[in-house]
Amino acid sequence: MSAPVVELQGVTRTFDATPPVEALKATNLVINDGDYLSIVGPSGSGKSTMLNVLGLLDSPTDGTYLLDGTDISRLGERQLAGLRATKIGFVFQSFHLLAHRSATENVMLAELYSGRDRGGRRPRAIAALEKVGLGHRLDAFPPTMSGGERQRVAIARALTAEPSLLLADEPTGNLDTVTSEAILELFDDLHAAGLTVAVITHDTDVAQRAERTINIRDGIVTETARAAS
Amino acid sequence: MTTPELEPLPVLPDANNPHPVAASSHLGIVDLLSESVTALTSRPARTLLTALGTILGVAALVATLGLAKTAGNQIVGRFDELAATEVSIAPESRGFGSGNRTISVIPWDAGDRLQRLNGVVAAGTKSDVDVGSDLARAVPVIDPLGQTEFQIPVIGVSDGTFAAVRSTLETGRFFDVGHNERADNVVVLGPGAATRLGVSRVDNTPAIFIGERAFAVIGILKDTAREPDLLSAIIIPDQTARAFFGLSAPGEVHVDVEVGAADLIGTQAAIALSPNSPDQLRVSVPRSPKAVQEDVEGDVNALFLLLGGISLLVGAIGIANVTLVSVLERTGEIGLRRALGATPGQIARQFLTESASLGALSGLIGTSLGVLATVVISATRDWTPVLDPWLPFVAPVLGALIGLIAGVYPSLKAARMEPVQALRSF
Ligand SMILES: Nc1ncnc2c1ncn2[C@@H]1O[C@H](COP(=O)(O)OP(=O)(O)O)[C@@H](O)[C@H]1O
Ligand SMILES: [Mg+2]
Repeated sequence: MSAPVVELQGVTRTFDATPPVEALKATNLVINDGDYLSIVGPSGSGKSTMLNVLGLLDSPTDGTYLLDGTDISRLGERQLAGLRATKIGFVFQSFHLLAHRSATENVMLAELYSGRDRGGRRPRAIAALEKVGLGHRLDAFPPTMSGGERQRVAIARALTAEPSLLLADEPTGNLDTVTSEAILELFDDLHAAGLTVAVITHDTDVAQRAERTINIRDGIVTETARAAS
Repeated sequence: MTTPELEPLPVLPDANNPHPVAASSHLGIVDLLSESVTALTSRPARTLLTALGTILGVAALVATLGLAKTAGNQIVGRFDELAATEVSIAPESRGFGSGNRTISVIPWDAGDRLQRLNGVVAAGTKSDVDVGSDLARAVPVIDPLGQTEFQIPVIGVSDGTFAAVRSTLETGRFFDVGHNERADNVVVLGPGAATRLGVSRVDNTPAIFIGERAFAVIGILKDTAREPDLLSAIIIPDQTARAFFGLSAPGEVHVDVEVGAADLIGTQAAIALSPNSPDQLRVSVPRSPKAVQEDVEGDVNALFLLLGGISLLVGAIGIANVTLVSVLERTGEIGLRRALGATPGQIARQFLTESASLGALSGLIGTSLGVLATVVISATRDWTPVLDPWLPFVAPVLGALIGLIAGVYPSLKAARMEPVQALRSF
């Protein structure tokens, strides 16, 4: 049995402020390979803090985080960055695409820091775009694309490095219902293909699609046991 | 994870290898450069405006150095050949006060001695002759009413002097060695003296008188390139001056040298004339063309290099300023890059490379403009443009260096951004 993708042991994130903010409190969480997880909670409850810690953009102030069995507190800056480049894929609410680069170039950016061969970069980016249904928009620039298309580019960018863990922070927050539905179906498909996915949402419908739902309230994480359907 | 072969390289750090290669973030030089070029070319107008200050600074520097060199060269080209080939020697004045005659150590055969030196074209002595109260007249007094007597300066020269000061004749001839050695009563008149004395032809060998002594006029000068006081003087052989007017020693020596020989002759002349006391002679040599050129270049350079330097400083501030604005504008992009696996160092390197590339580009454009300006300005002046060969290569490097320095602060600022914070500003 291989190690879980994520294992949080008493992970706490306290922000230096007056008074200090405990955005994440002594959290224990295991995410196994292939899990599909939704993280729900009201605004300011600590969802993004959790995702940033999971994605190595932020470090716990206390507790242990094992990513693929590796204690990340023992890693240096370059190694943490390297893990972000190779093991983590991010999808953001406002897409975070570079306006002056084509869809393909935006996707290729994901491999810039990964150390993978330059030559295969464009074919892999094109393959990722085709996977999200954008094979016909390879050379389009973000400002000319719809919100749904842009989020697909962002998802393709997160997929191209073949990460162990896909993290999405309110990926449908800026999209209309129809487009959201399509994006969520894409997540379903990716999960079905074996990808480990964690999606932040405040939409209970979205949360229903995932196998597991994590609730956060004032930094305290609880998992709702779901009756098997 | 299915089979061990398919597992990624272990990322667990061990004591021997704390930085497993597979897990470390990596940014190749090709990627770094291409990212910078992409960033610069995605907003060309802005890039050009940012570069403007440095472009102008480098252009000003290159044009300044180019024009200074060109102008300096021009001065050498037009350098007065007459002045460059003139050497003169006079006794060192002792500073005994006015009225004290300096004792001349110049020998009578000074012209001959110098003539033997390599590089000397012609040489001869020249001395003012004190004729006391003697006046000059053309004929014995005939008309007591008209003015026929004049106070005309008398100058004693040796036979080589005419050539040494590049005199030309209107009519007649110069006196020669024989006239001089025999201390003959012959004169050559400057045109001014000839007019006053009413002498215009010499084919009938007219006579003039200095005091009661008669002299035969054998030639009249047309002009002289040097020593214009000859033009209004009565010129007699210096041996004649010695015999009749008590000239004790030649007053000065004039030498016409070959182009480029002035410095050499200058060092040899004093010893040739006065082996025992060369320091009693003062040798005047023309300033070397090279020194004049360097002087001109120095003058031009000092002023314009200062201006160029100021433009460069302004240019550097411009690049620093826009790079800083760009860093702030691209905060979201910086956050994204961090999320995609960039280390702070790689972020810093990217912005440094951008500003250095921008500087190098500015240097390149500025150099082209500077060279163009040099050529165009030279063309309008009919000058031959001259440029130091290293200049077109060094100037872009200078631009890159300026860009690099200008990028330091913005890059550090970019590197210090917290990824989570930076991502929020997208
Ligand atoms: N850098 C920070 N400094 C101080 N407090 C912060 C910081 N980031 C987040 N917080 C606080 O932590 C709490 C959780 O924030 P966040 O994880 O962004 O909530 P959510 O994503 O669930 O809306 C909030 O109270 C927020 O104000
Ligand atoms: Mg949030």
